[in-house]
Amino acid sequence: MSMTNTESPRITGRTRDEIAQRLAADLVDGYTVNLGVGIPLAVPQHIPADREVFLQSENGILGLGPAPEPGAEDPDLTNAGKQPTSMIPGGAIVDSATSFAIIRGGHLDVTILGALQVSEAGDLANWYVPGRNPAVGGAMDLVAGTPQVWVCMEHVDRHGQPKLVRECTFPLTGRGVVTRVYTDLAVFHVIDGVLTLVECAAGITPEDVRLRTAADYIEAVPA
Amino acid sequence: MNKFRTDLHEHLDAVWDGASIAVGGFGSSGRPDALLNALSDLGKKDLHLYVNNVGDDFTGIGRLVMEGRVRRLTGSFPVLPEFYDEYFAGRVELELIPQGTLAERMRAGGAGIAAFFTPSGAETMLSDGTFPASYSGGTPGELLPAKEERVFDGRAHVLEYGIKADFGLVKAQQADPKGNLRFHLSARNFNPLAAMSGRTTFVEVERLVDTGSLDPDDIHLPGVFVDHVVMTAAPIPADLPRRAASLQKG
Repeated sequence: MSMTNTESPRITGRTRDEIAQRLAADLVDGYTVNLGVGIPLAVPQHIPADREVFLQSENGILGLGPAPEPGAEDPDLTNAGKQPTSMIPGGAIVDSATSFAIIRGGHLDVTILGALQVSEAGDLANWYVPGRNPAVGGAMDLVAGTPQVWVCMEHVDRHGQPKLVRECTFPLTGRGVVTRVYTDLAVFHVIDGVLTLVECAAGITPEDVRLRTAADYIEAVPA
Repeated sequence: MNKFRTDLHEHLDAVWDGASIAVGGFGSSGRPDALLNALSDLGKKDLHLYVNNVGDDFTGIGRLVMEGRVRRLTGSFPVLPEFYDEYFAGRVELELIPQGTLAERMRAGGAGIAAFFTPSGAETMLSDGTFPASYSGGTPGELLPAKEERVFDGRAHVLEYGIKADFGLVKAQQADPKGNLRFHLSARNFNPLAAMSGRTTFVEVERLVDTGSLDPDDIHLPGVFVDHVVMTAAPIPADLPRRAASLQKG
């Protein structure tokens, strides 16, 4: 991806895989986590070996495993993306109402999602680009119910426009739901409703981040 | 009473044109294709389907949609591009709702809960009265009505209604003559809920087992929610793939 904004010189932050790796480093042993599509799907391979993280899939799987070997697929065992999957020992199957009781009821620790836009108040837009085909799936339930919603996304869109904005212009998935944002350039936390820059990627300065962020935020980057 | 049926069409013909039908499945996983294809073969039309996905193929839901048999679909993730062509052309209505809301509305309807408040979808265009349920001449026609909103514990919630469908269509792995069901892995998904939601529920199964062979502790859904059970293999028409291919091109 290249920056088209001539005021912002080209910089290189984390790759998409490195964004997933950076996020995975913050997962706590014992967490139960739901993963959205996109960058989040790269998170499991980076979970540190000394931590057990349980993966939930909205279609009723607790204890999601890796993609099965060719020939070992079971049409009755698919993930939220309808792809063949596997389960780890100790996993469980539930129906969709119970799956969303887990999700909506606050029994997951973290939901990891991609985003079109995140606002400075933690509003999330990630389900619908007007003019395209509308589909919501479980996104609104996930952000409504999970205590921590971690977004991983590119810092700017393909046109170089900031995705961290004052107010979302795309339709909302949920209001004030995002708690952390991991991008190629930085890590933000939403602390008491205030977007806060807590870390810049290697080789990236707070000024680089400021130039590419439309949202208001405060800086709390350790010196 | 034995709920096994050998003549699927004779019993499924009870579905009337204009009926509302709750359907199990997540994509093609656990989707009752034999029952859905039989609805097409029987010429049923003007249907209101409650189902999470259309799927990405032209069997089951996709076939009913492409044959113009669906008036309205209530679901969360239609996927099939041709479904959206029908929606934007004004030939099918879409009530788009969060996936967990669909599951809970089915469960509630079957459990005698008229309505409930949920935070899912509050303060979004799926609850504020701006989402087009239909199109006419390329522009939005009917809008989904704004949902009643109430604040609990400082958070906005919206009122959602239980679904009492006229019929439920379900796929299971095993059934006994009492209609007791077992599902297999993630093919369970919406199936128990569609069975609860339907006033009359049809089940297609891969395996029929004798009464008493299922341990009562291991039954996923008791037969009280089930009316008719058929085996899957036979009713799928042999020419279906060809028909789907021609639909795809046409």
